[in-house]
Amino acid sequence: MDMSSSVADAQAAELAMPALKARARDLNFFYGDMQALKRVNLPVADRHVTALIGPSGCGKSTFLRCFNRMHDLYDGSRYDGEIVFQPDGVNILDRAVDPIEVRMRIGMVFQKPNPFPKSIFENVAYGLRVRGERSRRVIAEKVEAALRDASLWDEVSDRLDDMAFNLSGGQQQRLCIARALATEPELMLFDEPTSALDPIATANIEELIHRLKAKVTILIVTHNMQQAARVSDYTAFMYLGELVEFGDTNLIFTNPKSKRTEDYITGRYG
Amino acid sequence: MAHDAQAVRRLVTRAKYWDKVFVIIGLMSLMVGVLTLAVLLAGLLQDGAGRLDWSFFSNFPSRRAERAGILSALVGSSLVMLVTALAAIPLGIAAGVYLEEYARRSWLTEIIEINVTNLAGVPSIVYGLLALGLFVYGLGFGQSILSAGLTLALLILPVIIVATREAIRAIPGSIREGAYALGATRWQTVRDHVVPYSTGGILTGVIIGLARAIGETAPIITIGALTFIAFLPPAPVGGEFPFLSFEWLRSPFTVMPIQMFNWLSRPQAAFQENAAAAGVVLVVLTLLMNGAAIWLRLRYRKRIKW
Repeated sequence: MDMSSSVADAQAAELAMPALKARARDLNFFYGDMQALKRVNLPVADRHVTALIGPSGCGKSTFLRCFNRMHDLYDGSRYDGEIVFQPDGVNILDRAVDPIEVRMRIGMVFQKPNPFPKSIFENVAYGLRVRGERSRRVIAEKVEAALRDASLWDEVSDRLDDMAFNLSGGQQQRLCIARALATEPELMLFDEPTSALDPIATANIEELIHRLKAKVTILIVTHNMQQAARVSDYTAFMYLGELVEFGDTNLIFTNPKSKRTEDYITGRYG
Repeated sequence: MAHDAQAVRRLVTRAKYWDKVFVIIGLMSLMVGVLTLAVLLAGLLQDGAGRLDWSFFSNFPSRRAERAGILSALVGSSLVMLVTALAAIPLGIAAGVYLEEYARRSWLTEIIEINVTNLAGVPSIVYGLLALGLFVYGLGFGQSILSAGLTLALLILPVIIVATREAIRAIPGSIREGAYALGATRWQTVRDHVVPYSTGGILTGVIIGLARAIGETAPIITIGALTFIAFLPPAPVGGEFPFLSFEWLRSPFTVMPIQMFNWLSRPQAAFQENAAAAGVVLVVLTLLMNGAAIWLRLRYRKRIKW
């Protein structure tokens, strides 16, 4: 067993982590000849929030996008290593596993709100339609449930047929969360979900994430350290494509083991 | 200080001098195009307005200028455009979607792309020669509406492909990623997002292509359109079973620009008036089509803003 892997395992054991939803093992990722991720190991606790932090270009978004095989959309990307997904223990990076199958189980919310130019209702219903749901009653029920879970129902229930673009930025982002939730994913990926939002909308989303973890496992990329401290249970610090330190969020922020982590969270660079 | 302020003012005045110069140059350049079109239209109207009455639209061509009309040319142009649209729209959209959403980047797609763009610049008479060999003789379609429609379809295919690709490229990648992240397949993404969101741009390209095709003369002459047609093609809907007839596709025909050319080549002044009147109809048709393209673009842009 190599160094970084054993370190992460040791840390996980030391933390007495709950059941895992996923685990990245010796994950390397390449854009063409450029290696963007180097032997990354990370346990993702079931129904907890895990935050990925680190300076720009450290590979945290690249890592996040491995979980739903987003890189498969672009030529010249290559994975090496595995991400084992529980409860069935499947390696979702395996070439034999269809990326569409992976995305059916894992939802994603992006940096900038990206609602479709369709109605509010159709945005949330789209994932259900892709899954072949035909019953109007079932779709209506699930859309309402997802909008409630995303704390948007009260604001839009009387105008579900309005275009999604008419919502404010924060509402659009909660719509995107509802869109992902409607299909009941097992894991939700958040890629800097509040970086385009104002402080009030940001607070709404953070509260939402805090509530959602009772239902769904969450992996969130953020370069706002206060946000990581507020919303996450576990934090991983990445630097230059490597995972430098992983641990309980309280410990990482109060007692980081690595000098690099300490320098970053105290604002000395990044 | 005061001295400096004056120096700055002089500097700004001198720098802004070129703004004024360019406004004049720009306006004059613009006028060259706009005025030319206006003068052209006015000239046509002056010559042809007297002939623009109902009988001009409802009469067949005739040896007597005052009884000649554009009925067969108008019907011919319409039917040829119908064939052109039915052939070019699906082919052009499918090719554009394939190049943007499915094709992997390779030297082969690079070559195809360069070729598609170059095809738009090939002289139209070359398409006529190709069509003469391929459609008229090779496939045995004869000198028919079908041959003409397919020829013009080839001619405007690159326009539609390029417009489709540009409209698709205007869709932000984040929208595509949003669909894929929900588990959509490539086809679902194309059907539910890519094509609907680029409809405005695609339609604009289609109409501009058709507006170009309706005025084309050279390739139609090359494949052998007649210049004097005093009958209409068989009606597509008939009284007998199966009620639909495709005989009109094989029918000889003429089109508006050829009718115009035919009249222009006659010495009598009365026929020159006919030609001018036909020219007005053709220009108005083209302007209407371009207007429709602008309207569609505005309508779709209002609904979708990225």
